[in-house]
Amino acid sequence: MKHADNTVRKWDEYMIQDAINIIDSQLAHSAETNRSQSEEDTGIYNKSENVIKIPKFSVNDLNLHYGSFHALKDISINVDKNSITALIGPSGCGKSTFLKTLNRMNDLETGVAIDGSVRLDGTDVYKDMNAIALRQRVGMVFQQPNPFPKSVYDNVAYGPRIRGIKKRSELNEIVERCLTEVGIWSEIKDRLFKSALGLSGGQQQRLCIARTLAVAPEVILMDEPTSALDPISTMKIEDLAMKLKEKYTIVIVTHNMQQANRISDKTAFFLLGEIIEYDTTNNIFLNPKNKKTEEYISGRFG
Amino acid sequence: MQQNNSSKHSSGDMRIGMALAADRVMTGVFYLVAGFFLVLLFAFAGYIIIKGFAGAKLYMFAFAKGGIGNQFFNTVYLVFLALLISVPIGILSGVYMAEYAKPGRVTHFLRIAIETLSSLPSIVVGLFGYLVFIVLTHAQWNLFSGALAVSILSLPLISTTTEDALRSLPESYKKGSLGMGATLRQTIVTVLLPAAAPRIITGVILAAGRGFGEAAALLYTAGMSTDINWTVWNIASPTCALNPFRPGETLSLAIWGARTEALSADSAEIANLSSAVLMIMVLTFSILAHTLEGRIKKKMGDTK
Repeated sequence: MKHADNTVRKWDEYMIQDAINIIDSQLAHSAETNRSQSEEDTGIYNKSENVIKIPKFSVNDLNLHYGSFHALKDISINVDKNSITALIGPSGCGKSTFLKTLNRMNDLETGVAIDGSVRLDGTDVYKDMNAIALRQRVGMVFQQPNPFPKSVYDNVAYGPRIRGIKKRSELNEIVERCLTEVGIWSEIKDRLFKSALGLSGGQQQRLCIARTLAVAPEVILMDEPTSALDPISTMKIEDLAMKLKEKYTIVIVTHNMQQANRISDKTAFFLLGEIIEYDTTNNIFLNPKNKKTEEYISGRFG
Repeated sequence: MQQNNSSKHSSGDMRIGMALAADRVMTGVFYLVAGFFLVLLFAFAGYIIIKGFAGAKLYMFAFAKGGIGNQFFNTVYLVFLALLISVPIGILSGVYMAEYAKPGRVTHFLRIAIETLSSLPSIVVGLFGYLVFIVLTHAQWNLFSGALAVSILSLPLISTTTEDALRSLPESYKKGSLGMGATLRQTIVTVLLPAAAPRIITGVILAAGRGFGEAAALLYTAGMSTDINWTVWNIASPTCALNPFRPGETLSLAIWGARTEALSADSAEIANLSSAVLMIMVLTFSILAHTLEGRIKKKMGDTK
């Protein structure tokens, strides 16, 4: 906490950069710039493809039933390490259900039957891992920001505390590091000990991401993390996601196709519980192979 | 066409006018009902308190025979003992019902049991207490038995408030915590219970308020006499104030005793003063419950 001044200065620079980024990405949005942006993305993707060989998640023939409803049908997909994978598709297509199978959040619901395999670094998460250990490695950010009704500090320190870290200095360090990582340290460092429920929606969502980072996960699952936020906060979360993929693997469910296009490396298109197409984001948005994908991304249904 | 339009218009106006009039009438009715309860409470509490203190003499406040100080102490001590027993058990059972119980026949049966317990007539609880805590244990009337009897009455109240408080929390608290790899127990202890605390505390305070006024359950358990020697602090002594195994008449029992037996000339005044003190205690607790709930909620930033 002693380096606060230093951080402030750094953060100011970051904030200017942030503003430029927002304007940039809005400009990049128009049709002409989109193409050059995409080519650049492909370049990055190719570069990293040489390094990344082993998938973080490999899912094989996953089927999920809610009672008699067949919610996921023969899902097979590999999720690359240090990348952003977007799951898109119309409401009720199974993308959120699929996301929840990755950290077994669907264990909390009754009447769910699963077969097939979900492997994290080669280990079957349903057969050879307990849900608690899995969720410490695979964190989750929800649609509605859901800070606990505690102080900002206690929210971020929550994960480390339940894992047995009690030393104040260690906790201080984690809280500052995580809040800095999500870019809200300087905004809220003066109100660390006030209730997190008093923050704005965008701040709350970034706090929730910081809270997830505090347990040092390997994967972060995001379930429509910006659907309850305004455009500026959305941009900030998107920039954050792009930054976080250097250290973490991110899987994001989104209804916003521009968002998937802007931030993801690969995109999976879900329809009625099936993956219709899974490819690099450029291919999905520029040359979709399936007619249904093309119709969906061009806004003709969904 | 034009005429048609305007007639439609005016009938619409009339409908809105009627609706507004009905709205005003109903608003008035609600104010009237609310006002009635307010007046009832003030008249009732005011009458009891004024009448109680008007007839009071200084010696009646003494912590000795003839005064009601000892009864006041017994009331507070008995409720304290009762809460010591019923709060932990009540909260645990509420947590069980809200978070662990799986829907099924056992849970259904448990719920019926708790509901029945909460509507049990207190005289039945008193007689049950007499049979189990006094007759079977060959004990004399004592505060501890009274506390047990009162706990039987407050347990279902605390259990259901805890369960309701936990159930009314947003599902996202639980998901957020479990999603970070916390166990259900950690989630309950560190997130859910603190978040539900304001409502649980209110429930406990209201249960305490009920305990203050309890008479029937104590008749055959706590007893109708009290003998405290305030110079004795050996807890095993039958006259030590803190000894829970001594008889301990409470304020409500004192009222009942004074009005039914009238052993002394000032019985009526004693009963009136006891009522006034009891009334103030219950009001204080009720107000305390609400301010405390508001405070904690404000601290948590929950403006709902």
